[in-house]
Amino acid sequence: MDVLVPILTMAGLGFLFSTGLVLAYKKLRVYEDPKIEKISAALPQANCGACGYSGCRAFAVALVEGKAEPNSCPVGGEDVANQVAEILGVKAGEVIKKLARLHCRGSHEAAKDRGAYLGISTCLAAHLLGGNKQCSFGCLHFGDCARVCPFDAIYMGEEGLPLVIEEKCTACGKCVDACPRNLFELHPVSQEIIVFCRSLDRGAPSRKACKNACIACGICARACPDAIIMENNLAVITDYRKIDPEKIPAIEKCPTGAIGRMEKDNEG
Amino acid sequence: MELAAIFISAMLINNFVFYYFLGICPFLGVSKKIDSAFSMGLAVTFVMTLTAVVSWAINYWILIPYGLDYLQIVSFILVIASLVQLVEMFIRKISPPLYQAMGIYLPLITTNCAIMGLAIIAARKEYGLAETVIFGVGAGLGFTLAIVLMAGIREQLELADVPEALKGPGIALIIAGIMALAFMGFSGMIK
Repeated sequence: MDVLVPILTMAGLGFLFSTGLVLAYKKLRVYEDPKIEKISAALPQANCGACGYSGCRAFAVALVEGKAEPNSCPVGGEDVANQVAEILGVKAGEVIKKLARLHCRGSHEAAKDRGAYLGISTCLAAHLLGGNKQCSFGCLHFGDCARVCPFDAIYMGEEGLPLVIEEKCTACGKCVDACPRNLFELHPVSQEIIVFCRSLDRGAPSRKACKNACIACGICARACPDAIIMENNLAVITDYRKIDPEKIPAIEKCPTGAIGRMEKDNEG
Repeated sequence: MELAAIFISAMLINNFVFYYFLGICPFLGVSKKIDSAFSMGLAVTFVMTLTAVVSWAINYWILIPYGLDYLQIVSFILVIASLVQLVEMFIRKISPPLYQAMGIYLPLITTNCAIMGLAIIAARKEYGLAETVIFGVGAGLGFTLAIVLMAGIREQLELADVPEALKGPGIALIIAGIMALAFMGFSGMIK
């Protein structure tokens, strides 16, 4: 009998409190759209912020409120956009798969050193001191981008330049922010021709600092004036969709290789 | 006079954070901004006062008459857990931003030893109902005072040049220690 009293007491107390909570819950319940939970589950949960919201959950809330488009998650790509659109009952819209591309070909061999750099081995630190390369626009080879990539899609190649593994890259844009020299940019997969240089130096000094620099000779711009212009001693692609596939061989005549196709064997 | 002594004692002299060193988890976790520290303090005060009352009622009306003193801890846990749930629902309804700001620390009040400590200390000192309520309010306000002071210092500390190794919790614990020393100055205020 002695056992029964405490058991009954505790059971009674438990029942009392749970009844209180149930009643309170009925009064104080906050309605939350069940779609938010569902969409959250469909999103990649990388919380990278590439969509412009502070995390996957905030993005899901914005989607349900109609403030965001289903295709604005670059990490999830088409699959996620379709799932989200299905939950919301709207059309997904076209998702253009993008990839991070490095705008520099200043490998160990091509870009000459300015001197021995013995400081902290991050790009940011080296950049503050003007860099270890003669070219003050090019890659510093310390791999800030590879360290910051949340998907392990960037690794430092043997030539000293970071290489992007296309299958893993989700175009979240972390490397774009991380590079102190702004060498990364997100480009649609379908963009074949890319300018691999950011040097604004005149032809002769750029050529001296790096074998692969854009020397502003203008061959590419003459080959395809609709899409390529010369600006501040650098070739700039204004609209890649206007590049005629037939003109690609002419563009690829670039004497330094500063503009051209992404080399497929260069990746992964 | 007796009640005032209990109040001052719970708030300053035997401050839960600086004297008993209870409730350190939210004290360090939510003391980065004065705003959220203050609301955390108020939430803890609210839960403490309610807990003090309800646990007093359970203790004196149910446990002691049936000779079930040994169930104190279990039943107090029950009280605290349900009250925290209630407060959580309430805050979520009234102020979603506050709910977001408190985040994980709100449900963590459940496991906040300061509240458990309050219920047990009040039971051990055999306070009456009025004394228990005053004790709860005093302890809660003491916690609020401690966490707001801490948040004020930490906001200033953001701009200070703290050695790399001490950044974050390290310097916060050192400050907590110094503040505890300062609070020792209150001892002897009431005999």
